[in-house]
Amino acid sequence: MSDSSFGANELDRFRATFFEECAELIADMESRLSCMLTETADSEELNAIFRAVHSIKAGAGAFGLKRLVTFSHTFEALLDWLRDGRIAQDERVATILVKAGDILAALVEAAQQGKEIAADFETEIANELHGLLEEASGGTSTHRAKAEPKSTSESVTPAKATVDYRISFSPHAELFRHANEPLLLIKELERFGTLHTFCDTSKLPSLAAMEPEDAYFSWTFELSTNRSKADIAEVFEFVDQDCILDISESAEEEAFGLFDDDEPKALNEPAPDSSPAVAPTIEHKPAAEPAQKAQSGAKSNANATIRVDLARIDRLVNMVGELVITQAMLAQQIIDQGKDQGQQAIQGHEDLAVLTRELQECVMAIRMQPVKSVFQRMPRLVREVAGKLNKQVNLVTHGEQTEVDKTVIEELADPLTHMIRNSIDHGIETPDVRIAAGKPAEGKIVLSAAHVGSNILIHISDDGAGINRERLLKKAIEKGIVTPNANLSDEEIDELIFAPGFSTAAAVTDVSGRGVGMDVVRRNIVGLGGRIQVQSTFGKGTRFTLIIPLTLAVLDGMIVASGSEKYILPLTSIIESFRPDKSQVREITGGGQVASIRGEYVRLVYLCKIFDVPGAVLEPWKGLVVLVETASGNKLGIVVDELIGQQQVVIKSLLDNFTPVPGISGATILGNGRVALILDIEQLAGMTERRRHATIDGRLSGSKPALLDDQASQPHSDVDDGALPRLAVGSR
Amino acid sequence: MRSAQDMMSGSQGNAQGHEHSTKTVQFISFRVGEQEFAIDIMAVREIKGWTDTTTLPNQEEYLLGVLNLRGTIVPIYDLRCRFGLGLTVATRSHVVIIVSVLDRTIGLLVDAVSDILTVNSNEIRPVPEMEKSVSNEFLSGLITIGETMVVLLSLETLFAQRPSEDASAVAA
Repeated sequence: MSDSSFGANELDRFRATFFEECAELIADMESRLSCMLTETADSEELNAIFRAVHSIKAGAGAFGLKRLVTFSHTFEALLDWLRDGRIAQDERVATILVKAGDILAALVEAAQQGKEIAADFETEIANELHGLLEEASGGTSTHRAKAEPKSTSESVTPAKATVDYRISFSPHAELFRHANEPLLLIKELERFGTLHTFCDTSKLPSLAAMEPEDAYFSWTFELSTNRSKADIAEVFEFVDQDCILDISESAEEEAFGLFDDDEPKALNEPAPDSSPAVAPTIEHKPAAEPAQKAQSGAKSNANATIRVDLARIDRLVNMVGELVITQAMLAQQIIDQGKDQGQQAIQGHEDLAVLTRELQECVMAIRMQPVKSVFQRMPRLVREVAGKLNKQVNLVTHGEQTEVDKTVIEELADPLTHMIRNSIDHGIETPDVRIAAGKPAEGKIVLSAAHVGSNILIHISDDGAGINRERLLKKAIEKGIVTPNANLSDEEIDELIFAPGFSTAAAVTDVSGRGVGMDVVRRNIVGLGGRIQVQSTFGKGTRFTLIIPLTLAVLDGMIVASGSEKYILPLTSIIESFRPDKSQVREITGGGQVASIRGEYVRLVYLCKIFDVPGAVLEPWKGLVVLVETASGNKLGIVVDELIGQQQVVIKSLLDNFTPVPGISGATILGNGRVALILDIEQLAGMTERRRHATIDGRLSGSKPALLDDQASQPHSDVDDGALPRLAVGSR
Repeated sequence: MRSAQDMMSGSQGNAQGHEHSTKTVQFISFRVGEQEFAIDIMAVREIKGWTDTTTLPNQEEYLLGVLNLRGTIVPIYDLRCRFGLGLTVATRSHVVIIVSVLDRTIGLLVDAVSDILTVNSNEIRPVPEMEKSVSNEFLSGLITIGETMVVLLSLETLFAQRPSEDASAVAA
């Protein structure tokens, strides 16, 4: 490809696509490589890694990234030898491979950003790769013998008698256009056993009529080998789309009749499964082994997924959101017009409602992705950070397949990176300290994800030193975050790590402590509508829990009425609602009310008082109390007039055109086309106290100008408008 | 005292003509109380009749609440109240002008939309210095149309300070 045929823009675009693909390939490669550290990879795995490296090499070649080509070439050569058993898989090899993977990723990144990296950056590891290759070529036979019993699929068929295969291979022109070379395939086959090659040149036209880039030859091979049919099919793996391939046993054995010759990939499945080398249980893979294989097979076909610009999906999601609202509005109007009038319209409309809901679910599902894409970035991070700090850390991940909205995933990367870095830097001790404490030298960090209701739950736990509450408290007092005589519970002390500008590391290190602390993490998580909790046992370790909604776009809400206004309460935070008996409601000295429910007292919060809504019920025993739970586990009784109903609402941001409103997390549009505000329970809990004083002082909602009753514009409160936002900050 | 030309470049930069001294500029004029105001026509997105808004709690009095504008949440400001003249008692005959200011879409409640004005920039007169008590920092010029004086509003200045922005920046 030259600049004469492609403009600079096209080239840039290709480049961008290449790096986009690289990122995916590297991610895939890394996750497979890190599996190799704990178990022997089967041929399918090795092939996948090989493919990734090979594709990167090919692309790099196209863009003239020589350094990348050279390194990936060596890497690829090693992988190639590994998969045909010339090099045995062992821990040492796996470690080198993982390192090589890291280097490759770094080289790709450098190439993408046009960064210069030290000339000897990859030398050491390249030498190690070469070393392995030389070792293997020097003593192939011994290594091979060693490899046989433990490694890949072909090794489990030692007893298998030699079988004669007849292979017919007719390449299409595309095969050559995709830069494949039949000679290499033939050479590969030759290694399997005795090969007889017959070339059919009958299609070759006269020289004048010949199209130089077309394919005219086809071949028939007779191969006697002890390899399986799957192995043979594998040789043609890269070209099977571009040729007519038929592999059959010329002998009488027809046991492999179940194989579909048109799809040589399917051949891969049964053979390796008989392999005892496949590890019995694999932590990283929730699916059963065959399913996993089928999956990775499908992935290599590359037609199971398409690449779509995220903006298009966003647009689709928005449109469907609008559709849902419009549909709800229509429903309201039909009902308003009277049921008997439009029985058919109602019926038709109910169908529409079902379809709309389904459509919405489908569209939302497009955006759902496994958290794997974030999780798999972590092993490299752990290696890097642990290496820098001379600590030994083993990262274990669970539930990588848990799906969550794409936006959530993107927003998760930063906080997770930060927290893991923190765990290694501040949590995990150096090996000698660990041993002295009677722990294994290698620290362990567990990163797990699971669905709980409409939330995703992410745990990050380490078996490190835990939170030193004494030191934490001392530091907090030093920094003026808490007053010296404050009497804090353990939980409250732990919570201090989320206070702005807090870093507990004795010294600011290169790794963390760059001025961004856990407060930023918390802010990110809260920004996702989630919450973060910490549990710690001193000397034993720390566990962070993130609870984040699966999607940022919709929310199951309860519509509640207070006076002339309607608000949405997130259904997930509601425990129950009840109408208390008058005797259940008590005044507390100093202002404020509590309601007793089953022996427990919960603070009552009047929506109408916080928000200055006129005409609301002021006696809870005439209205309703909605019992909600905040992120920190506190219960709160929200006093409202009535519950209107449950509805899934599309979350709209107020921030596009306005500023944050204390107590309000967002807005939505109701069936009648009006905007309803979504309540932010956490902020409400923080807001109430001061506000309540204001109301107790006699600033109840009665004193508003009677101008616009139904529009309910509130009187300007000069008491604490300034204090409100600050209060909300404190509550976060 | 600044010249009218300076103000033009400041707030009505979108409207452009070709001649040097006599650029033609277009404004939408509207009435609030007894006074005629005008804003740069390029800022106006649409004009619609008044509908009820949803109140945002604990905000400035002149913020009437938010509206659903085809899926976008748009805050609506009462211009009369913004000028310190008390809340408008909005009826169906009142008008909301949806404008884009500083990348935000907002609505302005006015009594009525009057006209589209096409004027030469040299016809725009500067606002004279007033007493301190009169808030004139939102005013970017004066135009005379027949017998009436029309006040040019600078929306950027009027809405530059997003209410409680400082606090929100910390909270976000």
